[in-house]
Amino acid sequence: MSNPLADMEKPDVIFCIGTNMTETHPVAATRLKKAMRHGAKLIVADPRRIPLAEKADIYLPLRVGSDVALLGAMAHVIEREGLVDPSFLEERTEGFDKLREHLATFTPEWAESITGVPAADIEQAAIWYGKAERGAIYYTLGITEHICGVDNVQSLCNLVLMTGNIGREGTGINPMRGQNNIQGAGDAGALPNNYPGFQPVTDPAIQKKFAKAWGREVDLEKGITKVRALEECGESIHAMLICGENTLVSDPNRAHCQHALESLEHLVVIDMFVTETAALADVVFPAAAWGEVDGVFTNTERRPQRVRAAVKPQGEAKPDWWIVSGIAKRLGFSGFDWESPKEVFNELCELSETYHGLDWDLVSEGRHHWPVPEKGHPGTPILHIGEFPRGRGLFMTPSYRDPAETIDDEYPTWLTTGRRLAHYHTRTMTGRSVGSEYLVPEELVEVHPDDVVRLGLEDGGLAVMSSRRGEVVVKVEATEQSPRGTVFCSFSFSDVPINALTGSGYDPITDTAELKVCPVRLEAATTQLA
Amino acid sequence: MSAKLTLDGREVLFEEGETIYEIARRSKKDVPTLCYDDRLDPLGACRLCVVELEGARNPVASCTTMATDGMVVRTSTEAIEKHRKTLTELVVSENPRGVEIDPLRGMASQELALLAVRYEADGSRFEGATSGRSRKDDPNPMILRDYDQCISCYRCVRVCAEQEGDYAISVENRGFQTRITTEFAGFLEDSACTFCGQCVQTCPTGALGDLRALQNADVPGEIEKTRSICPYCGVGCSVDILSKDDKLVGVQPAMDGPANEGALCVKGQFAWEWVQHDDRLKTPLVRKDGELVPASWDEAFERAAEGFRGVEAKHGRHAIYAVASGRAPHESAYSVQKFVRAGFGTNYIDNCSRA
Ligand code: SF4
Ligand code: SF4
Ligand code: FES
Repeated sequence: MSNPLADMEKPDVIFCIGTNMTETHPVAATRLKKAMRHGAKLIVADPRRIPLAEKADIYLPLRVGSDVALLGAMAHVIEREGLVDPSFLEERTEGFDKLREHLATFTPEWAESITGVPAADIEQAAIWYGKAERGAIYYTLGITEHICGVDNVQSLCNLVLMTGNIGREGTGINPMRGQNNIQGAGDAGALPNNYPGFQPVTDPAIQKKFAKAWGREVDLEKGITKVRALEECGESIHAMLICGENTLVSDPNRAHCQHALESLEHLVVIDMFVTETAALADVVFPAAAWGEVDGVFTNTERRPQRVRAAVKPQGEAKPDWWIVSGIAKRLGFSGFDWESPKEVFNELCELSETYHGLDWDLVSEGRHHWPVPEKGHPGTPILHIGEFPRGRGLFMTPSYRDPAETIDDEYPTWLTTGRRLAHYHTRTMTGRSVGSEYLVPEELVEVHPDDVVRLGLEDGGLAVMSSRRGEVVVKVEATEQSPRGTVFCSFSFSDVPINALTGSGYDPITDTAELKVCPVRLEAATTQLA
Repeated sequence: MSAKLTLDGREVLFEEGETIYEIARRSKKDVPTLCYDDRLDPLGACRLCVVELEGARNPVASCTTMATDGMVVRTSTEAIEKHRKTLTELVVSENPRGVEIDPLRGMASQELALLAVRYEADGSRFEGATSGRSRKDDPNPMILRDYDQCISCYRCVRVCAEQEGDYAISVENRGFQTRITTEFAGFLEDSACTFCGQCVQTCPTGALGDLRALQNADVPGEIEKTRSICPYCGVGCSVDILSKDDKLVGVQPAMDGPANEGALCVKGQFAWEWVQHDDRLKTPLVRKDGELVPASWDEAFERAAEGFRGVEAKHGRHAIYAVASGRAPHESAYSVQKFVRAGFGTNYIDNCSRA
C-alpha cells in the first residue's frame, strides 16, 4: 500500500476494484465504513454484487476480466472533462501525450459494450474520482489474478497520476495483501528476481554485496517463478523444498500440479500438517505454528511487527529457520549457525536497504513503516511524497485483451474464484476451527437464481461443473450476489478442488495465474453421481 | 487552545473537546464506568462515572460532559461514592447471583464484578426481576448470549454499529423489558452478524461470552497474555494470545494494535483451535517403501540433504527449487532464500504469492 491503513478513514472518494474487502480484509473494511460515515463517496467495481457493492454510491458490475476497458474509459472521461491535475502532470510525470492519444478510442460507450457497465455510470465514477480532493484506490487479487494483471495495475496507476492522488494523506494506490506475511516473504528476498529488500539480482553492485556477505559466487541471472518451476518439474527441475504451502490445492490446474510434484526425484516439505502436498513428499519436517514461534510479520501497510510464542510447539515441531539451517548444515553450507530468530532477522536487516534502520528490538512495537533506511529514521508511512523511485511517474498505454479463454457454446458460463469470510486458503487452519466450520461447512457454487432455472439446476442440489481441464461436483446456492452468466466458488475445500478447473493462462510478466476467470459448463448432477 | 480546570483541588490543562472523564482518566483518577468504551460515542446511561461539579445542583456524568474553562470538579466525595455504591447494588441486583463469570468470556467481562467488589455490593437490598432474556438456544458455537447478565449498557449494539458498521443487533423495548436482539429476533447466524466478536469483547458483565475460549474454563492454571499478530490476512491485527501453561485457550484483540485499534474478524477472533489440534504433525517423516513413516531428526536431515546432494550431482544446481511461505515469519522466508542463494548459488526461489 502506498498509504497506511489509518488513512482509510480519510479519503473523500474511495474507489474499490476487485476487492471483496468486507470478507477478505474485514478489519480494513471497518475503516472504510468510518470514512463513509464522515461523508466519503464509495465507488465499487466488481463482477459480483459483493457486500461492499451494497454500500456503494456507484456500483460498476463489470464482466470478469474487462478491467482495462473500464479503467481506460474512466481515464478518457477524466481527460475529456478537464479533471487532470496540470501541475502534478507537469512536475511529476511523463508520457501523458501518448496516453491522451491512446485513450481517444476508450469512450464510455465502447467500454459499455465490453464491460456491460452503463456508460453513464462509468462517467459519473470518473468524474467523482477526478474531482476528489483525496481520492484513494484499493484493490486485491481481483486486479492481479488475470493474464492482464500488469495492464490492470498500470491502468490504475494512470488514474492516480492524472489526478495527483498520490503522495498525500488519504490518497494513494493500495493493494491489500492477502496473506499475513506475503509482504514479508518478498521483503525477505523469497523472489527469483530480488535479494532481500527488493535489490535486483541482476545489479552488479548488489551481486558483489551478496557474494561478499555470503562468501561465494552468486548467479548473475534471475531465477524462474514458481509457475515456471512447476512446469519444469521432471524436465529441468528435479528437487524441491516447499515450506508452508499447500501447493496442490492452492495452485491452478491441480492435475498438472500433482503430476509435476510426482515427477520430482526429491521433495522436502516443511509444514504444520500432513497436507495434500506433504503427502507427496520424501521427507516432511514438522513446523512449529503461529503461537509457538517468535518472529516478525510485515503487514500490507509495510509495517513489520513482532509475533511471539505463547505456548510450546506441539510434539517435536521446530521453527522453519531452525529446520532449514539443519538441512543446510548437513549439506556443508556455511552461514547457517543461527541460534535465535533474532539473529536471523538482524542479518536480514543488515543486508536489506528497506530494513536497514530496523532490528529485532526496534520492531517490537511495530511503530515503523518501511523503508527505514538508517537507524533513527522514523519510517515512511506514505510513499512517493515529492518523487517516485524512478523519478517521474511514467504513463503506460495498456490495451484491452480478452481473457485467455472466453465463453463459448461448450463452456458458456464465467467462473470466478475467491475467498469467503470464515475460511482461509485451503482450510488447513480454519477447517480445524469449530466456528468457521459452523458458518461455512462446505463449498458452494453461487449461481444467480435465473441461471439456476435456466440451466436446470436446483438451489441446494448438486451440479457438475467442468472446464477444459477438469470437473468437480459441487452444491448449488442460488444468490443474487452472482450476476447472470457468472458463478463464484472459493478454493478452500479439498473435496471440491476448484483449482482442478482453473489455470487457463498466466500474466506474461508476473506469471500470476488467471484464477479470476475460467469458462465453465454447469449441469445438474445425475443421481448416481450424487 | 488549551484551557484549565480544577480537578480534586489541582489545576489541569486540557484541550477543547475533551470530556471530564477523559481528563480525569489521564490524571490517574479512578472514576468507575460501565457503559463507557473508549472507541464509542459516550452514552451516559449507567451514571457510575458521576462527579461533583461546583455550581451544578446534581452530580454530572463525566463521560458525556465536555470540560469548560474554569470548571471545579471533584471525582470522589462521600456523596458521590454513596451514589455509586447504590447504583452498583441496583445493577447487581438485576443479575442472577452466584453465577461465576469466567474471565475467558471476554476482555471486559470482569468490569461489573470488580465494581461489585469495590462497592461491596451484593444486591440483596434490591430484589429485582432479571432484565434480559437469554438466548441460550442460539446454536452458534462462538458467541454465548446469556442476557440474564445484561445490564442494558448497549455497548454491544453500539460497537456493532459504530465500530463494525454491521448493525446486526439492536435494543428492543425499555426498562425491565429491555433486551438485545437481532432483526426478527432470530439467531445470530441469520442476522447481519459477521461474528467479529467485538460485542463479546466490550460487554462489561460477560452477558456475551466467547464460547471457543470457554471450552477451556476448566483447564487449570492462570491465564497469561502474549502480545502477537493475527496469522490470517495482510492487515496485521494485534492480538493477545491467552494461554494457561502450555494450553492455548483463546485470543483477544489488542486495543492499542496500530493496524486494528481493537478490531478483529471471525478468523482472528475465533479460528485458533487448529494450533493444538490432534492432526498436527509432531515428528519428522521419511518415505520408506512408499510410505511416510516417523523418523528421527538425524535421519530426516540426512535423507533431505542426501536427496538434494544427489540431484545436484546428477542434474546440476539449477535442478533444485524452493518455495517459501507467505504465512510463516520473515526468518522462515529469509532462511529458505539463503538456502538456495548462499547454498546452491542460484536464484531458484519464489514465494506463494502468484497463486
Ligand atoms: S449484552 Fe453486555 S454489552 Fe450488551 S447491553 Fe447487555 S451488558 Fe451491555
Ligand atoms: S459479533 Fe460483530 S457483527 Fe456480530 S453482533 Fe457482535 S459486533 Fe455485531
Ligand atoms: S460511564 Fe458515564 S454514564 Fe456510563
